Amino acid sequence: MLKIKNLHASIDGTDILKGIDLEVKPGEVHAIMGPNGSGKSTLSAVIAGREDYEISQGSIEFVGEDIMDLSPEERAHMGLFLSFQYPVEIPGVSVTNFLKTAINESRKGRGLEAMPAKDMLKAMREKMAMLEMDKSFMSRSINEGFSGGEKKRNEIFQMAMLEPKLAILDETDSGLDIDALRIVANGVNKLRSKDNAIVVITHYQRLLDHIIPDKVHVLFNGKIVKSGDKSLALELESKGYDWIKEEITA
Amino acid sequence: MDVFKDKLLSSFIVFENQLNGQKKQPFHQKRREAIDVFEVKGFPTVKDEEWKYTNLKPLFNKDFNVFHPGEDSLEFSDIRRFFLSESDTYKIVFINGIFASWLSSTTHQNYDICTFSAALENHRDVVDKYAGSIARNQESLTALNTSFAKEGAFINIPDGKVVDRPIEVLYFTTDSDNNTFIQPRNLVVVGKNAECCIVERHQSLGKQLTVNNSVTEVMAHAGAQVTYHKIQNDDDNASLIDSTTIKQERDSKVTVHTFSFGGKITRNNLEFDLTEAGAEAYLYGVSILDKRQLVDNHTIVNHMVPNCYSNELYKGIYDDNSRGVFNGKIHVHPHAVKTNAFQENNNLLLSDKASIDTKPQLEIYADDVKCSHGCTIGQLDEDALFYLRQRGIGVKEAQALLMLAFTTDALKEIKIPELKSKLNRLIARKLNVNLDFNL
Repeated sequence: MLKIKNLHASIDGTDILKGIDLEVKPGEVHAIMGPNGSGKSTLSAVIAGREDYEISQGSIEFVGEDIMDLSPEERAHMGLFLSFQYPVEIPGVSVTNFLKTAINESRKGRGLEAMPAKDMLKAMREKMAMLEMDKSFMSRSINEGFSGGEKKRNEIFQMAMLEPKLAILDETDSGLDIDALRIVANGVNKLRSKDNAIVVITHYQRLLDHIIPDKVHVLFNGKIVKSGDKSLALELESKGYDWIKEEITA
Repeated sequence: MDVFKDKLLSSFIVFENQLNGQKKQPFHQKRREAIDVFEVKGFPTVKDEEWKYTNLKPLFNKDFNVFHPGEDSLEFSDIRRFFLSESDTYKIVFINGIFASWLSSTTHQNYDICTFSAALENHRDVVDKYAGSIARNQESLTALNTSFAKEGAFINIPDGKVVDRPIEVLYFTTDSDNNTFIQPRNLVVVGKNAECCIVERHQSLGKQLTVNNSVTEVMAHAGAQVTYHKIQNDDDNASLIDSTTIKQERDSKVTVHTFSFGGKITRNNLEFDLTEAGAEAYLYGVSILDKRQLVDNHTIVNHMVPNCYSNELYKGIYDDNSRGVFNGKIHVHPHAVKTNAFQENNNLLLSDKASIDTKPQLEIYADDVKCSHGCTIGQLDEDALFYLRQRGIGVKEAQALLMLAFTTDALKEIKIPELKSKLNRLIARKLNVNLDFNL
């Protein structure tokens, strides 16, 4: 599904990623954890194709294709989805209109016909119910005046509508209270299948109580310094990151 | 410019000789006074503070026809696309400044929706009372218009009447043996508690240069409600100087929407006189320009008495080598206490060569007033662009969505569904995308 080799990335001359190797297979859930400033958000932005970063070395393959030269929208059309840590507010563009445009542009990108409005409306209703969202969301402007939790729920709602092959959830748990966390996590779990994969980027273990990862990686100073199973996340939760720093520098 | 000025001055004598009996009417005295003003002042130049950023010299260095022969070859089907609706609107249509009755749909039932020339014959009392009494007669281009004023839209709504459908006023120009200069003169008088809604458009159908020097006077009596939409999407060979002055009485509400999407030079002089308490003025502008287009919005709101309200919001998007000018003046006269006036001008510059000169001007001579203004100039938000693209929306469409989002505050007050969908199409075409925006 996703194969990253020796990825180096910098912004404005500052190296952020210093040799990342990561392979995610269909059906898997990976968690990437790490302290602030370790490069987690950069990694997700680079995978999604943000153009501000300079990539000096390495490769990214998605569903068997080299995507290094593809635009963000082309990557999205292939089935890559990034749930943003800070979803952008766009006044004047309704959630419905935005999703309609996004879905139909993605379908066009894959050579498919536009989705009939009736089918789209039906799908929207179903997914909103799944995420316990109020119908009024559909006519509101994207993220405008949304609470932190509403923004994150809206991200997962879009994920549900776009049905990506790979979803990267960047700090989806931040800003969520316990109930919203459970709803969002349940939504994500319902979207899991043997054909798609999820990368969860998080600071804390608590989201991983709900979305159980197959693999956990620790990102530190632009490198994956440790990988393990879900017990690694628990260990990090109880011991913090310092022991890892010591292990590396030792 | 002097050559064309001389041509206009000598044309006035020809024009006057064609008027016959009308020469004796009081309105003609206003024409004579006006031509004297124009003779003294001439065309404005960039030395004039109000015309600092808009140079008319290259425009009026050309020669134009001032008088035009009749044109009757145009069919409705040729120009249908410029109208809101085939049957559900009143229409006052002109070709090269001459009334085109077969394309129009006028009325004298309940209210008068017809032409200024007809009013000069049949509604002299209204003409004498209002025509030339609201416009700024000392402005040279307004004076020039007044001196030749003979044709345009005449809308006269008696007290308490509500016009049942939008009124479309369209000025077409076609090619002839020379460039075309026309001077539409519109008079709108809305009685007490009466209501009407107007959509005005100027459209060149030819390849030659066209200049419209248009003057509109609006009288809104107590409690009247007037909504005036100006669609400015002309071709690159056409320029428009629009001077619209509005006088408002007690508790009247007047909204002017100005949509500027095209044209070589578009200059809007929009001025409100709030003369009695409770008057409300709303000014909304959306400019989306590219290539070498120029739009210059000069607005003045005169708060002359206590307890009036004005709200102005202009949004501009400039690409390529296009230019924008915004000069918004709020004039609070002495004693106009409890004035409430807001003004905002926001701009996006999409290219290094595009520019905007924006100047809020507050002149406040009264205490106890609430006035605020703000202006911004920026670029499209890169984070928002990436967000939309990550969801699979192409870069062009993503930019278009963000631009529409930027203008949306200035579009949300539009009430006519046909106008909404027309603007939707115009904006999509202007931004070169095939998107349904759901305004």
